[in-house]
Order: sequence, then C-alpha cells, then structure tokens
Amino acid sequence: MKREITFTLNDDIVSVYVESDEKLLDVLRYKLGIKSPKQGCGRGECGSCSVLLNGKSVRSCIIYAVEIDGQKIETLEGIQKNGITKLQRSFVEHNAFQCGFCASGVTITMTEFLRKNPYPKIAEIKEALSGNLCRCTGYKSIVDAIADATKEGE
Amino acid sequence: MSSFDYFSPKTLEEAVQLYNEHSASARLLLGGTDLVNMINDEMIKTNAVIDLKNIAYLKQLELKDNHLYIGADVTFTELIESDIIREKFPVIWESSRKVASMGIRNRATIVGNICSSVPSADSAPALLIRETIVRVMSVNGKREIDIADFFIGPRKNALKENEIVINLKIPVLNKSFGGSYVKMGRYKGEDLAQVGVATLVTEDLQYRIAYCAVSPKPIRIKKAEQLLNGREFSVEFLKDVDTEIMNAISPIGDIRASKSYREKMSSVLLEKSLIASYSRLKGNKPEYGKELL
Ligand code: FES
Ligand code: FES
Repeated sequence: MKREITFTLNDDIVSVYVESDEKLLDVLRYKLGIKSPKQGCGRGECGSCSVLLNGKSVRSCIIYAVEIDGQKIETLEGIQKNGITKLQRSFVEHNAFQCGFCASGVTITMTEFLRKNPYPKIAEIKEALSGNLCRCTGYKSIVDAIADATKEGE
Repeated sequence: MSSFDYFSPKTLEEAVQLYNEHSASARLLLGGTDLVNMINDEMIKTNAVIDLKNIAYLKQLELKDNHLYIGADVTFTELIESDIIREKFPVIWESSRKVASMGIRNRATIVGNICSSVPSADSAPALLIRETIVRVMSVNGKREIDIADFFIGPRKNALKENEIVINLKIPVLNKSFGGSYVKMGRYKGEDLAQVGVATLVTEDLQYRIAYCAVSPKPIRIKKAEQLLNGREFSVEFLKDVDTEIMNAISPIGDIRASKSYREKMSSVLLEKSLIASYSRLKGNKPEYGKELL
C-alpha cells in the first residue's frame, strides 16, 4: 500500500510516495538524492546510516519511511549547507578518516552530542562514539579531531 | 508491493481495536530497533504493523500518587535526561545509560525492551528491584502484571495476544536507599550483557537483588536477599548468598561467554554491586553513573 508522506528535510518540506516497508535510508538515497547516509550493516549496529530525527541521531536503516511523516530530518547536506563546520574542519586537519565510509555517521552523531555537551571529556566522546563503527582508523584520529574541535575557550 | 500494512492510530482505543482485529499477525512498533531487524530477517511474519508513536498518552513520564509512570513511547534517552529518574530512580537511570549506544537509545524504549523479553534485557534488573507494575490494555479492558510475573522465558512474556503494554507504574520509595546496576560486556561500550546485576539496599536494611543474562529470563532472587535483610552489609556474608545465587541462576554458554564464566562473574558482579549500593546508601561514592567494573 503506497502512501504519501510529508516531512522536513534539511529545512525543505518534501513529499514522497513510499511503500510501508521502505526504509528511510533507501528513500533518502534513492528517491530524494540524499547520499550522505550510507548503508553499512543495515541492522542498526554500525551507525553509518545515521541522520538527525528531530535533532536526535537515529539509524535510518531500521526506520520505516512512513514513521517520519510530519517529522524533521537533518543530514550532512543540511548541516554543511553554508560550508563545513568547525568539527568537519578538524576532521580534515587531523586526517581523521581513511575510506570515509563512516564519516557521515560519525559527524551526525557528534553533531547531536556536541549540541548537548560542547566541551566533553575524552571518555564522554568515546562513549558517544561507541555506536559508530570505523573499519579503518582505530578511532584515535577521530577522537583527537573531536577533542581538538571542542577545546574550551575556542 | 509492501509486505505489510502500516497503521498509526492516534488514540489507545483505536490502537487496541486495530490490534484486536489483526492480533494473530500484527506487530506493535515503538523504536523499531528490535522489530525491524526481526521483520528483515524473516524471524517473524506480519501483515500489519501498528505504530504506537502517535499516541500522546504513551509519551507520559510523570510522578502521580506516589508512583512513577513511564509511557510505552518513552525512550532511554528521555529517561536519562529526566531529573525525576536521575534523582528518584537512579538505578533505572544508571542502567538506561548502559543500553547499546546513543543512536539506539534515542529511539529504543524501555517498554519495548521488556516486551522483547530477551534474557539479557538491561532494563529488567532495575525494574525488578523497584517492583514495577506493567499496565496493559486490550479491547477487554486494562490489567496489571507484576514485573516478576511478566517474563516467562527467552522472548516470551505474560502478554495475551491482543494486549498492549501502555505504561510502567513504579512505586516511589519513601525511605533512603542506595542502588546500582553493574553490567559486564565483552568490551567497554556497546555490547549485550554477559551478566547484569542490580541491587538495592534501603535504610531499614532490606536488600533486593536481580539479574539479567544468567537465566532464561531476568530474575529477582529473594532467597539471597533474605540472607542479607536486617544486616549491615559485609562481604563476609557473600559466601552464603552465593550458594543461593547459584541455585537460582542457570546461565547458558554462547558466543559472548561460557556458562562457568557467567557463573563466576555473577558472584563478582554481585559483590561490586552490593558494595556500591551500600556505600551509596550511606551517602558515599561512587556517584550514580560511575563505572563500577
Ligand atoms: S547501516 Fe544503519 S546502522 Fe549500520
Ligand atoms: S574511515 Fe573507513 S570506515 Fe571509518
């Protein structure tokens, strides 16, 4: 049963027809051209498909698109609309990623986290990051970049 | 063609009606962190998914008549961010922080967690020691289930086919107490529990002990509590307590831990949990939320 859903996507109101069992991730990527969220595990474990739903990071691979009718979704495309953020700049400066597949999910997760906790301790960064898997880096460069971008007094 | 129809009722009445009509094949959807994978994996077949997230009543998180009410659609993140939970239900607060990772806690609900009824449910020990009442509703009306009777076995619980859990009702403790939840996973950060234990000690020295991941269902172990009741805590009592714990638990060996490792760790974690709970009762550290392992 196809139905029309309407939601806010990076400050635009969009409407799209979806099947009940279509995942939000697939609708974003294949129907709306939003390519920043990536499919890694497809079962909520790796975080590479993360998007912000009403400001909170969630896994778009285990959300049906029908569930977000009337809600607000933000992706990297929206977050960096006016140029990359301080956090992203720090990722670049630290060469924080290698293949970059996890980068979008990490950035989304940290964007939410830093809005709530702008000057986190290293342990807090690591806890917040624990649901985002990175197969390349061993995390150190990512954590360093986040720590650097959130040093107090900057 | 979609494999199921999707419904998003706006009221409880509508929801129980729909669930009753489709009950045999319908599934209730909250955070979806468990359900969506089960549907993907074809572990379950459903032709009607009923999304409960548009029912305002289920978002309720409030103190009323000396009880806390946690609606079915309250997420772990909402619990962690609530001052009421942090101050009056600190073990629920502490264990909620141990559930998976932020991206899951933002979506997953504590009611969904108990409805999945997996043996390792992180929220179960804390709810067991706070003597939680599970309130359910169907077209036949409402009823209350003691959480101790709610879990039946792996992925099995006391809900009837057409019943929906609407909220949890938890008595406020009108005396001072200390509590803790200690969870062990294979590594720090996100993992299912190998063993999880919650304990509580009240100012009149009543003890409560509950476990997850060491038997087919989360359990409270009253026989062990009785050996401690009325006594100021000392690790010397733990030998006897241990015997009762071993009688009560029946862990399995799996990919996460062997049976004997789980047994040994059940004692180790209990000791850590009781030491922390007793210390907190006396107003001392460790603070709630501190790493206890
Ligand atoms: S692809 Fe969604 S969590 Fe891995
Ligand atoms: S940089 Fe390759 S997965 Fe993280």
